[in-house]
Amino acid sequence: MARNVRRVAPRAASLWLFATALVTVVPHMAYLPLWTSGACALLLAWHLARARSDGARTDRVHRLAMLLVALAVALAVRMDFGYFFGKAPGIAMLATLLCLKLLEGNSPRDVRAGVLLAFFLQLALFFDDQTLMAALFALGGALCAAATMLALEDPEPSPWRTLRSGATLMLQALPFLIVLFMLFPRLPGPLWGMPRDAWEGMTGLSEEMAPGSIAELGLSSEIALRADFSDALPPPSQRYWRGPVLSEFDGRVWRMARNARLAQPAYAPAGPAIDYVLTVEPHNKRWLLALDFPGAASDGEVAYGSEYTLLAERPLRTRAQLALQAYPETVVGLAESPAVLDAATRLPESGSPRTRALVAELAADTDDASQILDRVLAWFSTNALTYTLAPPLLEDDPVDEFLFDARSGFCEHFSSAFVFMMRAAGVPARVVTGYQGGTVNRVDGTLVVRQSDAHAWAELWLPGRGWVRVDPTALAAPSRIESGVSAALPAGETRPLMMREGVAAEALRALRDRWEALGNAWNRNVVGYDRQRQGDLLQELGVERPDWRTLAIALGAGLGLLMLALLAWALHQRRPGDDLDRLWRRFGARLARRGLARLPSEGPIDYAERVAQALPERAREVRVIARSYARLRYGPPSANAAALTRELAQRIREFSPQ
Amino acid sequence: MRATDALEGLPDALARKLGRRDDDSLPVTLRQGRIYVLPTGAGLAFALALMVMLVGAINYGLSLGYALVFLLFGLGVAGTVHAFRNLHGLRVVRASVEPVFAGETATLRVHLENPSNWRRPALRVRVGDTEAHATLDAGAADTLAVAIPTEQRGWHAIERITLYTTWPLGLARAWSVLRPAVSVLVYAAPERNAPPLPSGAGSPEGLRPQGTGDDDFAGLRSHRLTDSPRHVAWKAVAAGGPMLTKEFAGHAGAALELDWHALGACPHDEARAARLTAWVLAAEARAATYALTTPDGRLASACGRAHLSACLARLALARSRRGA
Repeated sequence: MARNVRRVAPRAASLWLFATALVTVVPHMAYLPLWTSGACALLLAWHLARARSDGARTDRVHRLAMLLVALAVALAVRMDFGYFFGKAPGIAMLATLLCLKLLEGNSPRDVRAGVLLAFFLQLALFFDDQTLMAALFALGGALCAAATMLALEDPEPSPWRTLRSGATLMLQALPFLIVLFMLFPRLPGPLWGMPRDAWEGMTGLSEEMAPGSIAELGLSSEIALRADFSDALPPPSQRYWRGPVLSEFDGRVWRMARNARLAQPAYAPAGPAIDYVLTVEPHNKRWLLALDFPGAASDGEVAYGSEYTLLAERPLRTRAQLALQAYPETVVGLAESPAVLDAATRLPESGSPRTRALVAELAADTDDASQILDRVLAWFSTNALTYTLAPPLLEDDPVDEFLFDARSGFCEHFSSAFVFMMRAAGVPARVVTGYQGGTVNRVDGTLVVRQSDAHAWAELWLPGRGWVRVDPTALAAPSRIESGVSAALPAGETRPLMMREGVAAEALRALRDRWEALGNAWNRNVVGYDRQRQGDLLQELGVERPDWRTLAIALGAGLGLLMLALLAWALHQRRPGDDLDRLWRRFGARLARRGLARLPSEGPIDYAERVAQALPERAREVRVIARSYARLRYGPPSANAAALTRELAQRIREFSPQ
Repeated sequence: MRATDALEGLPDALARKLGRRDDDSLPVTLRQGRIYVLPTGAGLAFALALMVMLVGAINYGLSLGYALVFLLFGLGVAGTVHAFRNLHGLRVVRASVEPVFAGETATLRVHLENPSNWRRPALRVRVGDTEAHATLDAGAADTLAVAIPTEQRGWHAIERITLYTTWPLGLARAWSVLRPAVSVLVYAAPERNAPPLPSGAGSPEGLRPQGTGDDDFAGLRSHRLTDSPRHVAWKAVAAGGPMLTKEFAGHAGAALELDWHALGACPHDEARAARLTAWVLAAEARAATYALTTPDGRLASACGRAHLSACLARLALARSRRGA
């Protein structure tokens, strides 16, 4: 029986490691380059084939082959990404290494290395995705990893028992997770320079608008922001989420002008306020997409752009949440500086001759901005321009081509052409991008605004009225503003799945609402748990000023208590057969409340007789219970003792001496 | 003969010399006081990995990264407590070892009992460089056999038995050290190709002649029921005669006298012990009765397992008075 230290890991451990790798690598495949996913799948399949043939022997040739594969993967990663030290190539490398480790190793040491690799990859999953799904995948992966380590120690033939032991460990680890998660001090990261691709792959508005750039976003159902209104929702015509304001135009592309940052809004908020909590998904830019026009915020974490945008201190790389007020009736820009107004009428020297000619015609006899506006709007509505999600490609002169040739376009074409026309007439105007509308999640009542709600509209400056919002798209497709993109599209146009009509799409939408409501709660309470929320929680718990010392004490106390609880569990020795004792004691305790406590000298039958005398109406029940207990306790061992015990438990539960 | 019984006669000074100060009298139930827990190498690597992961979570502000690290931390802590619990309350009922000949492998048998209602997987018993493992179900008991290599004859104390487990995750090792006052008696290895058991008069050293030689036919006598069938004079029976028994000189009754001091040709104690051990075994195999004289005294002539054990034990411990 004696033997030396094992060199080969038990087969069960290798199988569990395979399961761990599968659960860990597969969710990454959505983000990995195709060749990496393919290589991982191939390696996993190869491992499976080898494991089945049972010839999992590692000799020198095999190890050399593995090394070569690893080097090839490293080279491929370098060539594919163009750089090596970064988030994405790191994940690609780790994923292939884990799959290789399966093939390479069957010593316990190799298996342990594989488990650690899997842990890193589970963490890396959150770089791309901090949803509930990702958390569940990581949890499953961690469970499989625990099972792998268990199988390494105790190659138990039943995988269920291994899994159960793993689950027990996870359940006992959970209180530690909760206490640490709540109390561990949240450091404001990053601790040092980040790899250059750290924030890649975030969708959102850009700082410039070329024809087609917003229509591209229109196809994405990713969530851009959420808003929770404490009172009634504002009407759709007020749901304009202000993003970058574009006031420079080169004939093709609209760009942001330099924008001063102010500590306080450049206007006096007026009129009724709308209270809401805004949650903006990370987009790696600074704008916060507040509803027009935000009041003064209470904390110093935000700044106000001179173009009435709300800006964050740093680019949004994590979800931001803030409580805001919107004052839609505020008048802004009454005393706008001449420089800004001048910039807002500037146009390229040449280009768009047909449009210029049209504007000259429309504004021939007037200088009144309001009158010009009315005429341009009238022209828009009489000239039946079509709103479409698939605008034709406008090559040379987008404004002319849109207005006179294609005559169909997305919101950026409408706003771009409109602002061009106003400027051509000498009225200061600019393009505002952001989101418009949003759908209410019927489960939690949140207004959800998606990338597909991205929108561009116009703003023009009228003397005595300041900057006024005008949405030329509304003229062609009024329902775009009232009911969203889908309703505004012509009947024949292909829509993204979720925008379609019909019972199936409706059911899908309901399902999505439910899922996203859950996701919202998850984001708010788990993913969004940060320094601020930690402080709030501690304050709610009665800690006045939660500094690091308080946190350390609370953390120490919490962990200590958990440790004690765990030790108490470990030291607690439950005697077998306790169940029966407990039942009998419970029965005695019930009767004791009626003054019929069992005497220490009394056997079950004698006791039952005495109780039967005192409670004649319960005599039968009491005798049955006592006899059943006596038989189980003192009778010969019976094959169906467990069933009889359950029956007795049922009887005692239902027994009431009252 | 059980080593523990023989040990009671051992002088205290010797016990001290062997370094066994606080012997544990078995049975022992393992309690908090004697269970130690420390991380294993794998546990340290795990801790390091968690640190790196925590830094990653801080750097990228990953809430779920924090959560994963904390979950794994909890897993490590729970695993440590499980390892402790795997030993806690375990009973070491007894440890025993049968004597062996030098060069053979002795087997230490450690009898473990699990009085609790939980299963205790992957329990390991380590003595020196060898170990054995077992899994005890709730309420079960088992005997673990650990191989102990031997080299020299004499008493060899088993100084420490380490009971340990790295179950469940291999990240922490819980262990307990027992000094169970168990020694293994190692008999002298019998001499290889030893000269045949001396027979007859004028025999060589080590044997004092008692009566006549061993295999010499000495005559016939009437058959007794206790006589071996091998010694019946079948020829006479076949010829129709009565049952007669052949009598051999030196057989059954004629005792061999094996003497340590009479082995003049053997230069030292080890050779004497080896030679006499071989002869004692040969005599026992032949069912002869034999007496043994060692520097410690004379064991009266007898035969059978008990006598053999006594003789082998004497030879295992024999030292010439004059020196060495």
